[in-house]
Amino acid sequence: MQKIGVFVCWCGSNIAATVDVKAVAEAAKQQPNVVYATDYQYMCSESGQTLIIDAIKEYGLTGVVICSCSPRMHETTFRKAVQKAGLNPYMLEIANIREQCSWIHKDIKEGTEKAIILMTAAVAKVQLNKPLIAGESAVTKRCLVIGGGIAGIQTALDVADAGFEVDIVEKKPTIGGKMAQLDKTFPTLDCAACILTPKMVDAAAHDKITLYTYSEVEAVKGFVGNFTVTIRKKARYVKENLCTGCGICTEKCPMKKQPNEFNMGLDKRGAIYIPFAQAVPKVPVIDPDACIKLKTGKCGICSKFCQVQAIDYTQKDELIEKKYGAIVVATGFNLIKLDKFGELSYGLCPDVVTSLEYERLMNAAGPTKGHLLRPSDGKEPKTIVFVQCVGSRGNSCKEKSYCSKVCCMYTAKHAMLTKDHYPDTDIYVFYIDVRTPGKNFDEFYRRAVEQYGVNYIKGQVGKVYEENGKVMVQGSDLLSNEQVLIPADMVVLATAIEPDESARKLGTMLTASMDTNDFFTEAHAKLRPVESPTAGIFLSGMAQGPKDIPETVSQAGAAAAKVIGLLAKDKLLGNPCVAHSDEMLCNGCSTCANVCPYGAIEYQNKEFRIPGGVETRRIAVVNEAVCQGCGACTVTCPSGAMDLKGFTNRQIMAEVDAICK
Amino acid sequence: MIYSYYPGCTLKTKAKDLDMYARKSAEALGVTLEEIPEWQCCGGVYPQAKDEIATKLSSVRTLASAKSAGQDLVTVCSACHHVVKRVNDDMKNDEYIRTRVNNYLGLEEPYAGETNVIHYLELLRDVIGFDQLKKKVKNPFKGKKIAAYYGCLLLRPSGVMAMDNPENPTIMEDFIRAIGATPVVYPFRNECCGGYITMEDKNLAIKKSNQVLASAEGKGADLVITACPLCMYNLSKNGTKHSLPIYYFTELLAEALGVK
Repeated sequence: MQKIGVFVCWCGSNIAATVDVKAVAEAAKQQPNVVYATDYQYMCSESGQTLIIDAIKEYGLTGVVICSCSPRMHETTFRKAVQKAGLNPYMLEIANIREQCSWIHKDIKEGTEKAIILMTAAVAKVQLNKPLIAGESAVTKRCLVIGGGIAGIQTALDVADAGFEVDIVEKKPTIGGKMAQLDKTFPTLDCAACILTPKMVDAAAHDKITLYTYSEVEAVKGFVGNFTVTIRKKARYVKENLCTGCGICTEKCPMKKQPNEFNMGLDKRGAIYIPFAQAVPKVPVIDPDACIKLKTGKCGICSKFCQVQAIDYTQKDELIEKKYGAIVVATGFNLIKLDKFGELSYGLCPDVVTSLEYERLMNAAGPTKGHLLRPSDGKEPKTIVFVQCVGSRGNSCKEKSYCSKVCCMYTAKHAMLTKDHYPDTDIYVFYIDVRTPGKNFDEFYRRAVEQYGVNYIKGQVGKVYEENGKVMVQGSDLLSNEQVLIPADMVVLATAIEPDESARKLGTMLTASMDTNDFFTEAHAKLRPVESPTAGIFLSGMAQGPKDIPETVSQAGAAAAKVIGLLAKDKLLGNPCVAHSDEMLCNGCSTCANVCPYGAIEYQNKEFRIPGGVETRRIAVVNEAVCQGCGACTVTCPSGAMDLKGFTNRQIMAEVDAICK
Repeated sequence: MIYSYYPGCTLKTKAKDLDMYARKSAEALGVTLEEIPEWQCCGGVYPQAKDEIATKLSSVRTLASAKSAGQDLVTVCSACHHVVKRVNDDMKNDEYIRTRVNNYLGLEEPYAGETNVIHYLELLRDVIGFDQLKKKVKNPFKGKKIAAYYGCLLLRPSGVMAMDNPENPTIMEDFIRAIGATPVVYPFRNECCGGYITMEDKNLAIKKSNQVLASAEGKGADLVITACPLCMYNLSKNGTKHSLPIYYFTELLAEALGVK
């Protein structure tokens, strides 16, 4: 026989304005086994919690119902409170009378009626609650960072500096990511390479950091504190331990026709190549689709010139399995493809480039050695038009609905850097809005307008076409209400940002939720911005949404702090609300194992005594450490053997009965 | 291959060539075009108002007639195609319009966008196939540089018209290749010719048409083809600065097939 206490919270006026809390408490007193009911202004406050603890002791309560906000908000708080009073924390139920009641109703009569029903259901459930004990699991004190751009590098350095082992998995042959491709960085205009490459070297040299470049995550198993990850280390055809990075192989390779990814395809690289001079590790890689030796068996020039015999054409992909306590997603971004933007002539006219291509054209280590020369004829452009929001902030199927956030600032940067080097250049920027919040950001943009004389035109571009060697830009100037036609030499498209194409597959592997644009979702938009809702998965950088470098570095540090907080623990308390199979009912049909997303169900052959002998039956057994308590098995089980502790079929039915009464 | 055929008013008056050569060519290609009995005007312009019903009724009569004949509907005039196809899309996807139109018309069987509307160019591309067409060409336009003029109505809105990429189309260029000529790709091939603005502000239409022709001429075109009588009117009457000949694509088709 339970002795139940019911505590109704006002939440200031959040609940009390639309729910008659006293009436709810009075109604609670009429419920079976309820021995105490009261209301209070802020149940989560210290005095509110004391009230609960005192009542448990005074009335010898065995079950507690709190009518308050969503359990996502304060369930943990109240569980701790009842535990202090000596009760099992799972003898507590929360009736959500705020988000699911007072906030969505206006009429106090309706609100009160619904609150009473929700309270009744919670009371009906707690009658059947049983004490649950959470199991413990050990924490593997090693962190995996997926993605080796500035986000991943910063997270890895911060975690490693705290004394924990970190592995970085990067799919490209070098770490550095997109930041390595940038020329200068706003708003201070320090060179990206000068601030990034020392960090790349630090990461490589750190005794707690292991780099897996040219590698991808292949499979993820396990749960927070105990992930098992399979990493595919792709064949480089170069032995990393022997190679000195001298680069003679890349010079001698006869197949210099491959588009150079690092320079956005604006020049060519060989079949064996080092992405860029400051690459880390500075070890070349052979592109198997381009290498004559790998394709036909002939050539082998790189091997002949290598003085340390580091070339190995027989190298195979290697699968590495490692254990981690935490995983950080730092997979970054790409620019969207522009094949659906025919009106802008990208791909048709070589002098129409994306902003990332423009970065490379400006960069001293780029294809033009930093001289701004347009791709079609190698001449210096005299008039440049920048088009903002290409594919961002749109509502057609080819566009992204969100703002890519960095384009306004880098376009102002491009304009000013161009003017610095070539003061006679005429520059036009078409914009929808200029968005430059951020420390010293608006001042930066205003400098472009006021000091550099960049022509900002509010309006969008309708058509870009090539005519007599000029790139004609047709657009509208909304402020003067005129159609404008600018004969330009180059057009730069501030192309929308989207998550890297690997994100979707990775999200599925990690069971980490994503939004409709494939950005990883945070556990709470405001209060838990660097954690995924999936325990043990953390988010760093553009994988979570568009952001600039200062913001990425802050978030990377925050993610590291969360990882350190997790890895500092020796044991993690598990979730006791997991599935359990009743062996007397189970017929071993495997239906539950087929639907289990975590692989938590195994089968055993067990002997049972029956009248007149012994029979062996196949039964399901749940691995409680792996089970996440999703409940998929319980609704699939045809014989009703599977049940979820804390949410048993009987408890749920009791709630439904109470609501329908 | 039998299709319901909707010529439209202009093809019976100003643009008889577009119609006549379309029919002759179809016959030569083994396609039977059955003119819809007692067809009415398509409405002329697709009405932009969300609650406009009356001007859609005549298109629906045509569509319903093709449905009862159990045939796909072939159009050839860009403007008619635009109106009929968009009204068909409304009948399929807009419950408000569908209900009201059906209530008004009281057809034997309510119409809900069942008819498949294809443009004559789509018939050539998707049913006959440009490579098959090429085999049937008797008088190829060898060495001719032809500029395709799409105008605005044929391809847009691309979601509904679903004919080709609205900014970088290829269907007419592929047609030009099939009749043995060389297509000229020029930037203004899908810009507006001026359309009906010629009634209100002739100078604007002159400016727009000249822009199109200058662009085609600049890329070395010998002649321009179109599928639209209104474009034909503007380019030939308002393209005052240029003397590029303008033809309906069906005329060149008939000539290539030797049935002109």
